[in-house]
Amino acid sequence: MSSVELLPALLVVVPILLATVPIALGLRYDRTGWSVTLATTVGLFAGTVYLATVVYGGSGTNQEVAVIHELGGFTAPMGIELVADTLSTMIALLVTGTALGVLAFTRVGGPRGNTFYSGYLLLVGGLLGLTMTGDVFNMFVFLEIVGLGSYALISSGRGPEAAVAALKYLIIGTVGASIYLIGVGFLFMATGSLNMLDLAATVPTLEGQNLQLARAAFAFIFVGFAIKVAQWPLHSWQPDAYQHAPDGVTPLIAALVSTVSAYALARLLFTVFGAEFIASTPYASEIIVTVGAVSVVAGSTLAVIQTDVKRMLAYSSVSQFGLIVAAYGLLTETALVGALIHLIGHGLMKAGLFIAVGIIAIGYGARTVDAYAGLAGERPFVAGSMAVLLIALVGIPPSIGFIGKWYIAVGAIEAQSWLVAGVIFLSTMLTLAYVARLLERMYFTPASALEAGHEDTATVGHAVTDGGTATVRGTRVTIGMLAIVIFVAALAVFLGFAGDAFFALLEPFVESADLEVSP
Amino acid sequence: MIELLATRYAYLLMFVLLGIGLYMTIASQNLVKKLIGVNLFQTAIFLFFVAVAYVEVDGEPGGSPVVPATENPASSDLILASPLPHVIVLTAIVVGIALTAVGLALIVRIYSEYGTLREDTLREVRADE
Repeated sequence: MSSVELLPALLVVVPILLATVPIALGLRYDRTGWSVTLATTVGLFAGTVYLATVVYGGSGTNQEVAVIHELGGFTAPMGIELVADTLSTMIALLVTGTALGVLAFTRVGGPRGNTFYSGYLLLVGGLLGLTMTGDVFNMFVFLEIVGLGSYALISSGRGPEAAVAALKYLIIGTVGASIYLIGVGFLFMATGSLNMLDLAATVPTLEGQNLQLARAAFAFIFVGFAIKVAQWPLHSWQPDAYQHAPDGVTPLIAALVSTVSAYALARLLFTVFGAEFIASTPYASEIIVTVGAVSVVAGSTLAVIQTDVKRMLAYSSVSQFGLIVAAYGLLTETALVGALIHLIGHGLMKAGLFIAVGIIAIGYGARTVDAYAGLAGERPFVAGSMAVLLIALVGIPPSIGFIGKWYIAVGAIEAQSWLVAGVIFLSTMLTLAYVARLLERMYFTPASALEAGHEDTATVGHAVTDGGTATVRGTRVTIGMLAIVIFVAALAVFLGFAGDAFFALLEPFVESADLEVSP
Repeated sequence: MIELLATRYAYLLMFVLLGIGLYMTIASQNLVKKLIGVNLFQTAIFLFFVAVAYVEVDGEPGGSPVVPATENPASSDLILASPLPHVIVLTAIVVGIALTAVGLALIVRIYSEYGTLREDTLREVRADE
């Protein structure tokens, strides 16, 4: 086994093992969590970049370039595989990169305490595992690890609301993961296997009763993931969780948790079941498209009427993920590439936006749309970056938001699905509606009219609630925080020119999905 | 129908339990009972996996892989229940325990902040703030 093949396993095992270190060291030293987490995250990022050079450097089909680690030396289909192929490597890059950026924000922006950093590492390890696993039951375990990490991080918020939001997420999220587990059970009954590639080979050959079982499995798995990805009407955990999580946690969760779940859904739909299965199952494709389309409209409409900026962006996530799910249902190559680009672009933009929201809350004391009045004059850099990211979210070129939506729209027209084409147009209008509201406040409303929005910055500082380190330092905006947001905004624009590059990198995966069937 | 009840009662039982668990999660106002509902929901799924693993050849039930198994009279192979679902259930139980622990910790915190475990009271308290 070459050393590259060890990387997928190390990327998962190292953060989970090191998650215990901050707590252990915390018994003696007060502030070690951040340093340990930084060292780990830098290592993970470097490892993923190296993995990417290997995966994208190779030539051949998706299976040939993939780096595969067989856990414990047990060969598939009996053993569990960790697979870094062209798609999962890209998601892993997003996970480790975002984790590193958000970590830099938490240095001063909080929350602090060694237990927080343990949760942080656990979440990152879970996300990387969910990204790379090649086994459907192993996916359930990582789904729950990701869940546990996010519940713990959300509840590290200062107010009592955070605990209520976390419990709500825990109950709904657990039911969602359990429904996925029922689906895995049916799939196991139908095929007798849990390995994804083995399932992919078996599912097309099923007939009679086993085919019915596989269809039931498909239904359960889709509903389970609709909860995890927060599709309307199963999204209700998400706005509360995003709003009440600490400012240092929301960017991580908003950018990664639902994104990696949506990636896992794509993996199951296109690698395990395959486009042909979905196309041959009556109404499957229609239901996926409808769920996505309804989420787009409902999510954007709810976003327009919100007053809290974090909550508004949370509903915006519901609608953007609706677009991605609808694009999965179209079953065309272009739409799938569009969905995957939008998945990465949305993660990046939301990470930047929520970090910007955190900076504004610390430095300007503003949390509601009204309180953002006059922000551009007083905080030009953060307001400017936020404006760029918001415009990118609408999908105005050149930005990564544009190329994602563009490919999805072209895919919808290719599939002659006028419903989705119409919904994309409508969603752009609705996105513009809530984005314009915020931009108008920031740039054209004078601050003096709404002085009430300026809370004393000291009241916004985060106290450590979990008892670990009891020191409460005043939080302040650092140059580093600003640099992250400006970097993310620049990246969102720069990647707008990289549409062809994304297409080329993802091509092996999309070809392996075999979408040449006509639905 | 009667035959289905006689031979497939494990699956029926599982779906009844699943329904009770889900109903409890949704309908109960008490947060601890909600969590118990989630646990029941998960337990039903574990039972389902165990039931899936059961093997029967010519009316002879298969044994557990650990103890000496029944021999198939026709081919002298051993009849074994599939061990894989059992392993899955063991893992899922561990995951379930971790979730229950986190959930209970959150409930303890909610109780110490609001002084109530009932969802309707909680809603009133939060609306007042």
